[in-house]
Amino acid sequence: MELKKTSLNEAHKKCGGKMVDFFNWELPVEYSGLTNEHVSVREKAGLFDVSHMGEVMVTGKDALNLVDYLVTNAVKTLEENQVMYTFMCNENGGVVDDLLVYKYTDDKVFLVINAANIDKDIKWIKEKSKDFDVELKDISSEMSQIAIQGPKAQEILQKLTDSPLGEIGFFRFCEDTLIAGEKCLVSRTGYTGEDGFEIYMGHEGAPKVWESILEVGGEDIVPAGLGARDTLRFEAGLPLYGNELGDDITPIEAGLGFFVKLDKGDFVGREVLAEQKELGFKKKISGFKLLGKGIARGGYKVLADGKEIGYITTGYQLPGRSESIGLALIDKDYSKLGSEIEIQVRKKVVKAEVISKKFLDKKYKK
Amino acid sequence: MSVVEGLYYSKDHEWIKVDGNAAYIGITDYAQHALGEVVYVEFPDEGDEFGSGEAFGVIESVKAAADSYMPISGKIIGINDELLEDEPQALNEKPYEAWILKVELSDHQELESLMSAEDYIKLCEEE
Repeated sequence: MELKKTSLNEAHKKCGGKMVDFFNWELPVEYSGLTNEHVSVREKAGLFDVSHMGEVMVTGKDALNLVDYLVTNAVKTLEENQVMYTFMCNENGGVVDDLLVYKYTDDKVFLVINAANIDKDIKWIKEKSKDFDVELKDISSEMSQIAIQGPKAQEILQKLTDSPLGEIGFFRFCEDTLIAGEKCLVSRTGYTGEDGFEIYMGHEGAPKVWESILEVGGEDIVPAGLGARDTLRFEAGLPLYGNELGDDITPIEAGLGFFVKLDKGDFVGREVLAEQKELGFKKKISGFKLLGKGIARGGYKVLADGKEIGYITTGYQLPGRSESIGLALIDKDYSKLGSEIEIQVRKKVVKAEVISKKFLDKKYKK
Repeated sequence: MSVVEGLYYSKDHEWIKVDGNAAYIGITDYAQHALGEVVYVEFPDEGDEFGSGEAFGVIESVKAAADSYMPISGKIIGINDELLEDEPQALNEKPYEAWILKVELSDHQELESLMSAEDYIKLCEEE
């Protein structure tokens, strides 16, 4: 089967992108090199094609009510033009997907979901919407999306618009913003731990926006691929669905209970999550660092006291760090900071220590 | 992709430089490009013996760990950990200088099943 291509496919090849199959999309894993792209985002800026993400428009009298029922976070507290990060959980509290909720008005809510989960999510939302007065539209195939991330993101993007980007606050958005003459929705959101913007537009406008940003950005920006996207979000302690989140991992177990607001009223999964918050839970996503030689990789087993206590969800040897660090889903009894654990790195057992998941000081402009 | 004349090449994209009864083994330019930036090399111990085709260690890039296989059989008499522990990226920067293993050959005849630079170039073009 032929891979799906975003509107920026030609642009990636022109930039020297190494193309790979990402959930049936042809996307670049890197261009100039993973390390260079990762460091550029931390020090200057990077540009990502995230057009594969899914987008759903929920409209109608019950739009916000439906979304409030579907997700764990208090979306009814959203102001107009504000964005919230949250989870859709199943009846067991496991995560169906993590997503962003953009509120236009109480009757118009825009959801941004993971590319790998689009079909599953649409089916789920449709099922749950039966008693709500809403209209659902899957607009994933109509939208392109570009992310510009890094301390120089605003400076660079401002060159392409008269709209005062400084007025778009953290997790706020502005529609109908002209970027390089193209009409876009711009939000101050991202997946790297740096300041930056996510820009949504129709397919026709995307190549012009992409190339204009690279042109005005010059030496201060590089195109960045899926590889850097993963190392950056990992370093910032952000979860990836399929690694730290899944339908058998609850937000509480993932250490993301902050985004679960039990007091807001009923929502799918509330009962199990309330129980976990009150009575406790058995496994937890914890940060760790290797104390010996080797690289911790996703899938490797975690051991302690002679038994298997979990597995690594994401692990890397990051640029600029001498030890390999990772996130692992382990028996909660071993999740206290400083706990001694071991990692099965292929044929060797390497000692490791539980550390804070705050590997990085995030540079959000709040 | 660059190659160096006078070296032997394996189908797993390694180069072999014969030095009397010993041989140096490294990875080719093609291999380092496919791997991406190397961040870690796992070596066998000196004195270990391997048959041709056996996995002797691992080369890790940021994204993945790749097993490395012996192109010939022999005993490990040297590992380049002095360079590659501190600068694993030397494998990307100077693949034909940054040798990984020094091996005492057990069977010179095995060299005959390896490729010349010319044949190796043809293999790469087909891949």
